[in-house]
Order: sequence, then C-alpha cells, then structure tokens
Amino acid sequence: MSFIKPSFRHPSAPTNALGLTTQAYEGGISTLCAGCGHDSISASIMQAVWALNIPPHRVAKMSGIGCSSKSPNYFLNKAHGFNSVHGRMPSVTTGANVANRDLLYIGVSGDGDTASIGMGQFAHVIRRNLNMTYIVENNGCYGLTKGQDSATADEGHKSKKGKINPFESIDLVALALELGATFVARSFSGDKDQLVPLLQAAMSHKGFALLDVVSPCVTFNNHPGSTKSYDYTREHVQAGSVVDFVPMEQEITLDQIKGSTQEVALHNGDSVRLSKLNDNYDPTDRVNAIKVLHKHKSEDKLLTGLIYLEPESDNFHDILNLPETPLSQLRENTLCPGSAALSAINTGLK
Amino acid sequence: MSPISTPPLMNKKVNDFVVKFANVNGSGSASANSMFAKAIFRMGIPVSPRNIFPSNIQGAPTWYEVRICEQGYLGRRAGKVELMVSVNPQSMADDVNEVCEGGYFFYDNTYPLDFKLIRDDINYIGLPLTQIVNATFNDPRRRQLFKNIIYVGSLSYLIGIEFSALESIVADTFKAKPKLIEPNVSALQLGFDEAKKAFNEPLPIQLERRNKNDGKIMLEGNAACGLGAVYGGATVCAWYPITPSTSVAEGFEKYANKLRKDPETGKNNFAIIQAEDELSAIGMVIGSNWNGARSFTATSGPGVSLMQEFLGLAYFAEVPAVLIDVQRAGPSTGMPTRTQQSDLLISAYASHGDTKQVCLFPATPKECFELTADAFDIAERLQTPVIMLTDLDLGMNEHICDDLEWDDSREFDRGKVLSAEDLDNMDRFGRYLDIDGDGIPNRTIPGTHAEKGAFFTRGTSRDEYAIYTEKGEAYQRNMERLLVKWKTAPEYLPKPEITNRAASSSSSGNGIGVIHYGTSMAATHEALDQMSADGVAVNDLRVLAFPFSDEVKAFIDQHDQIFVVEQNRDAQMKTLLVNELEVAPRDLQSVLEFNGDPISATQIREGIENNLKTDSVVKSA
Ligand SMILES: Cc1ncc(C[n+]2csc(CCOP(=O)(O)OP(=O)(O)O)c2C)c(N)n1
Ligand code: SF4
Ligand SMILES: [Mg+2]
Repeated sequence: MSFIKPSFRHPSAPTNALGLTTQAYEGGISTLCAGCGHDSISASIMQAVWALNIPPHRVAKMSGIGCSSKSPNYFLNKAHGFNSVHGRMPSVTTGANVANRDLLYIGVSGDGDTASIGMGQFAHVIRRNLNMTYIVENNGCYGLTKGQDSATADEGHKSKKGKINPFESIDLVALALELGATFVARSFSGDKDQLVPLLQAAMSHKGFALLDVVSPCVTFNNHPGSTKSYDYTREHVQAGSVVDFVPMEQEITLDQIKGSTQEVALHNGDSVRLSKLNDNYDPTDRVNAIKVLHKHKSEDKLLTGLIYLEPESDNFHDILNLPETPLSQLRENTLCPGSAALSAINTGLK
Repeated sequence: MSPISTPPLMNKKVNDFVVKFANVNGSGSASANSMFAKAIFRMGIPVSPRNIFPSNIQGAPTWYEVRICEQGYLGRRAGKVELMVSVNPQSMADDVNEVCEGGYFFYDNTYPLDFKLIRDDINYIGLPLTQIVNATFNDPRRRQLFKNIIYVGSLSYLIGIEFSALESIVADTFKAKPKLIEPNVSALQLGFDEAKKAFNEPLPIQLERRNKNDGKIMLEGNAACGLGAVYGGATVCAWYPITPSTSVAEGFEKYANKLRKDPETGKNNFAIIQAEDELSAIGMVIGSNWNGARSFTATSGPGVSLMQEFLGLAYFAEVPAVLIDVQRAGPSTGMPTRTQQSDLLISAYASHGDTKQVCLFPATPKECFELTADAFDIAERLQTPVIMLTDLDLGMNEHICDDLEWDDSREFDRGKVLSAEDLDNMDRFGRYLDIDGDGIPNRTIPGTHAEKGAFFTRGTSRDEYAIYTEKGEAYQRNMERLLVKWKTAPEYLPKPEITNRAASSSSSGNGIGVIHYGTSMAATHEALDQMSADGVAVNDLRVLAFPFSDEVKAFIDQHDQIFVVEQNRDAQMKTLLVNELEVAPRDLQSVLEFNGDPISATQIREGIENNLKTDSVVKSA
C-alpha cells in the first residue's frame, strides 16, 4: 500500500549538510502493525542516514522476506530497494556491492530470515567482510507467517499459544563475533538514542557491520512469558557501552573525552565515542567481548551497545583488489580486449 | 608374446581411425594425451579427442579416445577402435575387447600378459615401457610422467605422427620452463627409437599431413565460455565448484587475469567470487546485474536445481542474469562425469509459477565464445535470465573450430536502461510499463538520479509503477506483458541453422527433417551426409535458442516426417516443441541416446532408418 503522505512540514525543520530535511529520507506509509518494533527501526535508519549527510539515492536498501524485510519500503523512497528471496539478502547484496562500491548498503533482515533459512549466507557474508550494514530486526518469531518461534527465541520462552521453547537460542551477536565480524552491536528498537548513533557508526564502518536489534512483534510476541516483548526487553537491557557518533568535522574537546569515555577512530576519519558503564570494557578486544557477552547472558541480561569494533580491516573490495571506479561503470574500452588480443589467443590455440 | 594364430590383416587406413588410451586417473597422462591430439591437429588432420573419466581424483581408470577423420566429422565414432594404447593393467580386460578385428593392442610388456587377455583376432604390440623408464630415470614421479611421453614417441613411429609436430608442442608447452624441453624431446625420441627397434614397420593405420585445419583452433568449450564472458563485458563471476562446469570460472579467471588487469594500478577490472553454494552464486549474479554490472555463473544440473527460486525472482522482477549450465548425466548426482542434454526442461521452465526462461544451445567452442558474449546483451535487452546449455562433451574436451572473431565496432547492448538525463526528460517513470509495445519496460540502475527512477524491486506482484498490489487485474496485466516480451524475444536470439540436402519439392512428399541442438550437431550432420550419399536426403534444423523462432515451426510443417535427436531419456526438446509450438506429439519422432557417451552418427542413422516411413523419403539429387 502506498498512501500520499501529508507533505506539510514546519518551515524551520532542520536540514543536514545537503540542505535536506528528514522528509527527503522518508518512505511509503508502513503497512506493518501499529507498534511494531520494525517501524521504530525504520525511523532510526532515516535519522541516521540523514545525519550522515548521505544523499538518499546513494543508498541501496536490501532485504530478504518477512515483515522486517518489507520495511525498506517504508524509508528512503528515493533509494532503490531490493526485496529479494527468503534468507538470501546477503548474496544479492554481495553481488550488488561488488558491482558498485560507491553506494551505501543497508541490509534489513529478520531473525527468521537470518538465523534459519539464511544462516549460511549470513555466515559467509561476514567471512567476506562485505562493506555493509546488516540489521537484524529480531522479534524472536516469524511475524509474517503468524508468529512461529524462530531460532533466536530464547530457551524457556513462552509462545503466544502457551508453548515453551525447548531449544537453545542462536545469539547472532556471539555468532558474528566468532565468525570474525568487524563491527558488532546490539540495540533495542525502543532505544532510539542508542540506536541512531550505532547505525551511524555501522554505516561509517568500512566493512561488515552487524546490528542485532531487538524489535518486538506486537501481534505475536509481546505477551507475558515472551522474552522478546517490550516489557521483558526493557527490564533486561544492560547498555554495556553507550555510543556517541562523532563525525570527522566535529572537533572533540577534552571535556568530552574525559572520564569513562573511549574514542575509537573509524576508517574514514569519523569516530565512535563510548561512554562506558564499565571502564574496563575495551570494544576492540574480541576475546573479551565474547566473554562479556556470555557473562551477561548467564545473568539473564541483554547486553546492548557497541560490542566489538575492528576499525581497520580489509573489506571485500580490498580482498578482491577492485579498482576505485565501480565495476558497473566500466565500459567497452576497459572491458573488451578487442580483436587484436583475440587473434593472439587464436595463435596460441593452434 | 605372440598370439596363437595370425590375426586378420588390417587394410591400410589413412587419417580415418580411432586411437584410445587407457590410463590411470591422476598419473599425468593428460598432457601426453593432449600432445598426441594436438600434434595431429598441427598436421592439418581433423581430430576429435574425448576424455572419458570417472568421478574420482586418483587411481581409477580413465580413457582418452581420439578420432581421426579426414572428412572432418568430429562427433564420437561409435564401435571398436583400431588402436588401443593400454597403460592401465586394471582395465586391460575391457580394453582388449574394445579393439576391432585386426586392430592393435599396444601394451607394456615388461610383465607378461595374462593369457585370458589373448584374442586371436587382434595384434598385440608390446614395448617394455616400465623397464625403459626404470632404466632411464631414478625419480618415481619422473618415471611415471615420462612413461606417458615415451609411448607418444612410440606412436609417432607406429602411426606416423610427424616428430617435428611433437617437438613444436613441447617447445610451446615449456616456453616458460625451457629446461624441460630437452628431457621431453629426449623421452619422445627414446619412445620412437624403441618402437623402431622392436617393430620392423609401422602400422597400417597412418597419419598423413593435410591442410584441413587452416583458420582453425582447438579449444575446450568451457574455456571458450570464460573468454566469451571477458569479451561480453562480464565483471562479476560468482560460482560454486561442480564438474563439469568448474573450468568455465577457471577459464574466465585465466583470461581476466591476462586481459583485464589495469596495467597502471594492477587492480582487477573483474571480480571472481567462489560462493558458498549455488543459491548464493545466482543471488550474487542477480545482485550485480540489478546494480548495473554484467555478471554470470556457471554450474551443472544440481546447481540449476538449487537456483530455481532465484531464477523465478529474476524472471518476475526482470533482472538480467547469465547462467551457463554445463550439463552432465542426471538425475541427482547421476553420472557426474558423463555427458547428457537433460536439463532442458528444468531450465526452460525454471522456478515455480508461470515462468519461461531464455535458453541458448551452442554446439562448438566458437559458439560457446560467441553466445556467452551475446548472452549478456540478450539478458540486458530482455531483462531476464539467459541460460546457456552446453554439456560435458563440449565443455571439457578440446574441439576443433574456426578461429574466434570479434568485431571491434561492437558495443554492448545494455537494453532500455535510463540515464539521469532520460529520467529528467520524462514524466513518471514506470518500471513495469510497456511503452514500446514489445513487452520490455524501461529500467533504472540504482544511484542514477537524485529524485527519480528509484523503486522497490521485489518478487511480489506490483503495478506498472512498481507499487505493491494484490489486485488481480494488475497482476494479470503484468503476467500478460511478460508473454508479450516472450514473443519479442526471438528477435534478439540466434536463428536456427538449416541444412537442406533434399530438393525442395518431390512427388512423393516433402521428405524428412531432423531437429537437433548442441553437441548432437556433429554426429547428426555425419549421419545425414552418409544417408544422403546413400540416396536418402534428409534436411536438418539445429535449434540455437529458446523461445523458438518461426523458422522452427515452418521447418516442422514443411516435412512429412520429423525426427528430434537428443541426448536424454525423456525427449525434452520434443516436449518443448510440442508444448510451445502446438505440434502433435506423434508428429515428432525421437532419436534418443542417454548412456552418458556423446551421441554418434551410427546411433542417429539407425534411429532414423529404423523408423522411416517410405513415402516420406526423398531421394537425394
Ligand atoms: C522459501 C520460503 N519459505 C518460506 C517462506 C514463508 N515466509 C515468509 S516470511 C517468513 C519468516 C519471516 O520471519 P522473520 O525473518 O523473522 O521476519 P519477521 O516477519 O518476523 O519480521 C517465512 C517463513 C518464504 N517466503 N519463502
Ligand atoms: S506481525 Fe509482528 S512483525 Fe509483523 S508487522 Fe505485525 S508486529 Fe510487526
Ligand atoms: Mg522475526
């Protein structure tokens, strides 16, 4: 569905460096259920892309299948989107990204789309360190097929129909760390203050960035006994490191970095500033990150914030030794070796 | 060892016989064997070598069957062989039985031959190969490798391979490692001398120099596909290893490394991605093409099965994609190292729902090169997947074909891709709007324009403006437009190739027509030429593409009796013809061969002659 949105805006709505208001980053009207966590994430994505001053049409919105995967239709209308097939967003994004390194790739997936049918592609896109932001809108269930448990549903969680989940859940953050992801974060759709800077940092990261965002499904998984409900999540969230995204141009004052903050420079000169609850937490230490994550889980706490960051790493473009010019822009003169080269090849085949 | 009684003598045969090598997999015989075939090619004689190998890396029997045919027929010749070169004790019993009456069994007589292997109607020619290599080389690896070279040298004496042709191949092969030239030439000479010492005279099967290979090359179909992808402008190759298609990606890599590295920066103007599976490979191909780069994958039957869902997405969302299917014998894992043409239906109607996919059927390496390059134009012009069906026989064997050609004035046909300027000059962009009446809408590439042209590509139904809809009429309109596009398609596809051997009109009817495609071509032409020489004229039409162009239906209508030659059990091309052209099934008779060996002229001829209706026969002029 696509309604015409009221285009009225306050004349003094703030503009970004491109002179655009957030309106330029909007999408079609959502057809998701009112209160669905996915809509809040869409709003945060718009905010983050706007704040990063990225022209909307330089973004590619990639997704698989699910309520979550439909959501790219509800933000950045001026960007192309590709709602592909269930669980296969990573491969389509890989192909697209290799073809044109100049766009910003935002992949939106669900916990079903990623942790079950798409597990293989998820693992391999991490291995390749594809330069993309991979958002899992994690509601612990299959929203679009009416609420079956997904593989991220916690053990002991009670479904709406009253069934207790007997299976161990898959923690995508832990898995991504194990698979070598170079940016790993977790957030909650209801915590925009944390989510927006995390998204900005993820989008500025030159490499694979996973954002596992708990995003309650109000229709099928928001009841007492659910471990992915709004209430449960609010009660169990522990923001490990609160993030502030600092663009390159912004000067950092001494005042800002004193105390329990840590500055981690990103590849492009931007940086992430962490205000930490625990002074000893170093998000560039992968082994420690895994430990801390498990510790929180054993205490029934949901660790959010930036969990791991490797600022300098070879991403897939570097690994493939690709030119600066996107492959999609190369023309005959570069691509086609011509008849002289062919006749030399013929000679070699005689 | 001498046979019990004197076997029948073979008449002298010049440039018309088959030599088969029985080797052990992984023993390094491949390069010696290909040297043998290449030397014959360089003598200007038509030759067609074929590898027959198991799905195994080391230790199992492999064969290399080389047909030499003065007349230039390059299909497999069925039946027994004139000369068996036996280097594999394991398969000897079978190999002995493969020799024709009066033929020759060349073997290593370092050890005595099992008496059970003695036939009194063939000739045994033994050379102590093991003894020779053991006396000449210390290193076991060298012994093994040079044993192969030595028997090639012996054959040079026995059947008249010009020694200079062999030398020239050694020189070319080891251009980069000149130190290896001398030992190889010496090994060849050793084999030659030993054979000359042992046998008073060469065999009655002899090679004589001709000039039939001028303007020709020898190339594997898979390598030709890889090269065609380079010329066709492919920048992204995503693939997953599977026999017999692996060497397509390897061919692309080889030629891209040579021809596509930026000379200044050393950067790759191409990307090769070994995907985690075939689903991912085709997903990447679709992603790249969607984003404006030409991309392809190569696979075989099992991979095509896995790619079905994505092929439906690309069909319905109208994203170009190029898929090369090097067919092997199915179903399931089937006979993974044997050839077949059995993926037609799964390709032509790939994916659930109403889908139809464009297919191409090359028959020679040259066509592999050309049609691969064309496939990218076709895929972008029609905004749909193009599946090129080759097979193991074409892909993994060297075949003689005409020199490859390229027209430097050729430009890539990107189809109806709108530029930012185009978008500025139009009202509302409708991604699925048929403006030209050919069923092909305009397309935009992500990132083109700040305000216009963006849309949500999806596999769900939508209207002409790419807006999601579940309205039945809009869905149906779109599906019908896809049919309009389907009708447009043949305009951009290669036309069938028709050979008329019969006079156009005849009192007794319009005669017999044969329809075939892909690698059945060589054997079909051979069979029909033979029949024609024997007084029965048969026309043939070779299908190069699906959907069929009007010529195919016309050909069927023009003949009283139609045979369809194919290498599968279920007559898949016949099914397509019946289904798409509304031909009555009984009007098409099948000639089928599907045991995994390439089809032969003998089989085709038998298949036709056993079913000829006498009143459709037209005498050849
Ligand atoms: C191959 C295939 N199998 C099954 C489905 C049905 N299906 C659609 S969405 C979905 C699950 C989506 O769950 P999730 O990714 O968590 O998204 P959510 O709706 O919860 O946001 C399934 C199983 C499908 N579309 N394709
Ligand atoms: S079913 Fe659940 S996930 Fe889907 S839109 Fe509704 S609330 Fe969101
Ligand atoms: Mg879900």
